[in-house]
Amino acid sequence: MRDSWASEFTRGVATILPVAVAVTPFALIFGALAAQKGLSPLEVGLMSGLVFAGASQFVAVDIWQHPAPWLVLGFTALTINLRHVMMGASIARHMGRFGAASRYVSLYFLADEIWALAERRASAATLTPGYFLGLGVTLYLGWIGLTVSGALAGSALGDPERFGFDFVFTAIFIALIVGFWRGYRTGAIVAASAAVAALTHLLVPGPWYILAGGLAGIATGAAFMAEDVEEQAA
Amino acid sequence: MTLSLPTLYAVLAMGIATYLTRIAGLWVLRHVTLTPRVRAGLDAVPVAVLTAVITPMVFMTGPAEALAGLATALAAFRLPILAVVAVGVVSVVGLRALIG
Repeated sequence: MRDSWASEFTRGVATILPVAVAVTPFALIFGALAAQKGLSPLEVGLMSGLVFAGASQFVAVDIWQHPAPWLVLGFTALTINLRHVMMGASIARHMGRFGAASRYVSLYFLADEIWALAERRASAATLTPGYFLGLGVTLYLGWIGLTVSGALAGSALGDPERFGFDFVFTAIFIALIVGFWRGYRTGAIVAASAAVAALTHLLVPGPWYILAGGLAGIATGAAFMAEDVEEQAA
Repeated sequence: MTLSLPTLYAVLAMGIATYLTRIAGLWVLRHVTLTPRVRAGLDAVPVAVLTAVITPMVFMTGPAEALAGLATALAAFRLPILAVVAVGVVSVVGLRALIG
């Protein structure tokens, strides 16, 4: 029996809620920082709704000037978000239940946390459009609401480092990596990715370390795990 | 509630660039044959990308962040995600106060 769209949506909402709670301080701080740079709450909400990518929004606010240099900001967002290409290619394999339009709508919500939770679901059961949108819409509305709240609250929130809020995303990502753990082969992927990312971060300015480390980890996975797949096939 | 035109253009440019990166994977998949090796590489994407993203914070900031990262990873093998984040944030604040 197939689960209904609504029950799948609800399941997605329930799965993303703890993550949305954990992201709250981060979203509030983003709004506050953007307000300090002179962006209005409306502009903050617009950016959160149209871009919906935390890391690139933080970097954009960091380099923001008035009037806004659209070419530089667009290009920066492109480079920081190039990792989405790898993520999209990976998750698209599990979108067999999605129609063409549904894929293009769903991928609008391809933020790191949503993607990672969708991958986790796909590794255990079939990924459904309802589940994906349950993840996506919840975090999307939360992200817009919370970043605008942060912009309205302004600088009252203070320095993110003082309360360790700058570590929230790192902690979420560590938890997600552990969720994918499959023994020493996963360890090899982590080691390769971290080593190449660190080296690239030292040598090349900008977000290229994400791409370089990601590709190194993927190559390691391909080298190791092709043996697994062949073992299973034999 | 103000909205300046240059800001609108910049946000649109960021949004379009980001959406293109999000749908490009569909195009990549259409032009790449899924051999076992390609499939294994794609299976490695989550861990590979997430690790690369956190590498500067965990491995290149200082001993406090590295140790907090280790504590967070150990917690993640046993606890739900919200508790893991709490362990991470509390340990990084404590360790920064202790060892900088």
